[in-house]
Amino acid sequence: MEKSMQEIEHHHDEMNIVCERPSTLLDARMHYCPGCGHGVAHRILMEAVEELGIQEQTIGVAPVGCSVFAYLYMNVDMQEAAHGRATAVATGIKRCFPDKYVYTYQGDGDLAAIGTGETVHTVNRGENILIVFINNAIYGMTGGQMAPTTLIHQKTSTTPYGREASFMGNPLKITELLAQLPGAFYVTRQAVNTPVNVRRAKKALLNGLKYQKLNKGTCLVEIVSNCPTNWGMKPVQANEWLVENMLPYYPLGDMKVPSKEDIENA
Amino acid sequence: MAKVRGDISIDIENCKGCELCVVACPQNAMALAKDINKQGYHYAVLVEDVCTGCTNCSLVCPDAVITVYREDKKTGEKVPVAEVRNVTGDIRITVGAEEEAEG
Amino acid sequence: MGELRLMKGNEAMAEAAIRAGMDAYFGYPITPQSEVLEYLTREAYNRTQCTVLQAESEIASINMVYGAAGAGARVWTSSSSPGISLMQEGLSYIAGAELPCLIANINRGGPGLGTIQPSQGDYFQSVKGGGHGDYRLIVLAPATVQEMADFVQDGWDLADKYRNPVLILADGALGQMMEKVELRDQIERGTRATPSWATTGKTADRDRNFVTSLFIKPEEMEQVNLRLQEKYKLIEANEIRVQEMETEDADFVIVAYGLSARIGHKVMEIMRAEGIKVGLIRPITLWPYPYATVAKAADHVKGFLSLELNAGQMVEDVRLAVNGRCPVGHYGRMGGIIPSPEEVVEVIKDMYSKIQ
Repeated sequence: MEKSMQEIEHHHDEMNIVCERPSTLLDARMHYCPGCGHGVAHRILMEAVEELGIQEQTIGVAPVGCSVFAYLYMNVDMQEAAHGRATAVATGIKRCFPDKYVYTYQGDGDLAAIGTGETVHTVNRGENILIVFINNAIYGMTGGQMAPTTLIHQKTSTTPYGREASFMGNPLKITELLAQLPGAFYVTRQAVNTPVNVRRAKKALLNGLKYQKLNKGTCLVEIVSNCPTNWGMKPVQANEWLVENMLPYYPLGDMKVPSKEDIENA
Repeated sequence: MAKVRGDISIDIENCKGCELCVVACPQNAMALAKDINKQGYHYAVLVEDVCTGCTNCSLVCPDAVITVYREDKKTGEKVPVAEVRNVTGDIRITVGAEEEAEG
Repeated sequence: MGELRLMKGNEAMAEAAIRAGMDAYFGYPITPQSEVLEYLTREAYNRTQCTVLQAESEIASINMVYGAAGAGARVWTSSSSPGISLMQEGLSYIAGAELPCLIANINRGGPGLGTIQPSQGDYFQSVKGGGHGDYRLIVLAPATVQEMADFVQDGWDLADKYRNPVLILADGALGQMMEKVELRDQIERGTRATPSWATTGKTADRDRNFVTSLFIKPEEMEQVNLRLQEKYKLIEANEIRVQEMETEDADFVIVAYGLSARIGHKVMEIMRAEGIKVGLIRPITLWPYPYATVAKAADHVKGFLSLELNAGQMVEDVRLAVNGRCPVGHYGRMGGIIPSPEEVVEVIKDMYSKIQ
């Protein structure tokens, strides 16, 4: 069966669009590998910015890692930070311009290895920013080396025989750690591997941005994601591996949610 | 039965053929095309005219290339099964089997 | 005439920064410059409602500066040698992303943890690189508490003019000593125009702004570097500052900056009184360096001495300028020891006798 474009477009005129690329996501082909969760996370974050109508007040901070080029896709003002320093950069922006919505977008190496100090102290100060933390248990951009969140026995290019806790330590549950800090206002772990999870993750990002107006502390949304290329799997298989291996160790759900009073008193 | 009628359009040139939409489609209405796009990927297409416009495919799409439509109840027109956008000229796409779909 | 006060160099810098309309300061305590953060946390917010934040490290400080500068704020940080070393990565990013900001280094002795006493051992780090890549900081070297205050606003103006980080390179003695300082009037915050490239939030009438130092395509990266080099040439052509004292009839010239220049000045006076015609060249900008001034003096003097609180760093630039036309010596003390004018006089006399 073949149809011409004109024929098809005519039909769509009479239907309602229920889901499309948000205007806050630039019309550029993303450099991410097929099936990479970054693309979904980018899209839902930008959908959240679009739905809240805050594009003009939003400043993003990109990390070093696969999402180093986030500013080529996200249609908001952005700064590219040094490796691990995104939350310090975001602190600098937010402290000078407290009316803006400021977010960082960081991977596990950036946030939980080289940038651990900045991350902990940013949350401890309760900076009113949103930290979007993409955890795929591996260094993507540099070619699949061990991340702080790499699972025990997971093979990477620097743990060719699998990660051993006695030698390389345990996978770092930094989100649980950060949730303990009084400066953390909203901490949740989400995923983008299924339609339901994508909806939930987007809701979390909406909250994380919205809550900034309450000036109550840092919002952290971890997104458990995949890395088909460096995991050595097809995307569908990678998402299955994620469910079987990542989610038991990094269970999804809220770790810290605002109380009713927190939100009502705002 | 009075199912909601939906449809999708796929920006096939920016599709990377990851197949996540195919797995996410509850109607099993999607597949990867036999053809490849300019990037060299077998792009996703709608192969069964049973789309309900549930948006699952679009939600999991890492490249934001799927637009989902839902039928306007007033017109009730029969819907197309695939669309391309952001491509120029007279590209025509071949979708899977010469099917049966009467809906 | 502006308000007169007796102040420590570090405090004078902090006071001058408030008056220059600072939007933010991010810093971390380190001797001998902790008075800056202390003074600002005490004074700044109450007076102008600007941001002062004690960061968890110098690395965080400099990256907070990056963020604030990228969003269009008038921002600065200060530290001393080991802390400035920690900031080098951030400084390279700031130079690469062309963000205007101010950094003050109250130089202490090294290497390593070194000593908290004054030193000029960070000359190479300040003017020859420090961080990675081809970039330059505009480096201002005050010799008085007055200049430490004045160079704050001057530094910010230079930073804005060229979209380039500016470093004030002083030392522990200048930071700690008290002198009379005339303060400039308060500039109201917010009167400085927000740069058009700053990340202030994408409005409908413009494309998004992004601040980055990443240019992955070789051709693009080279173009960025060429553009930076053009900018640096412009700075070299326009912004050299140098003080010459009695060089016109001099037979011998001391080249010294900052604290050393004060010693050099005394040496000059002693030797002139003894009938030896000594002059002094004091580079105020260490980059861009006043090569032409030194070269001009080389036309008629018999020798130079580079007087520094280090093992011999600026002397390389003096030799570059002199280009072999006459002897260039170096004298320096380290570890926080400041040479007396008398010991320098002996050094010059010895050198001068050999030249003649």
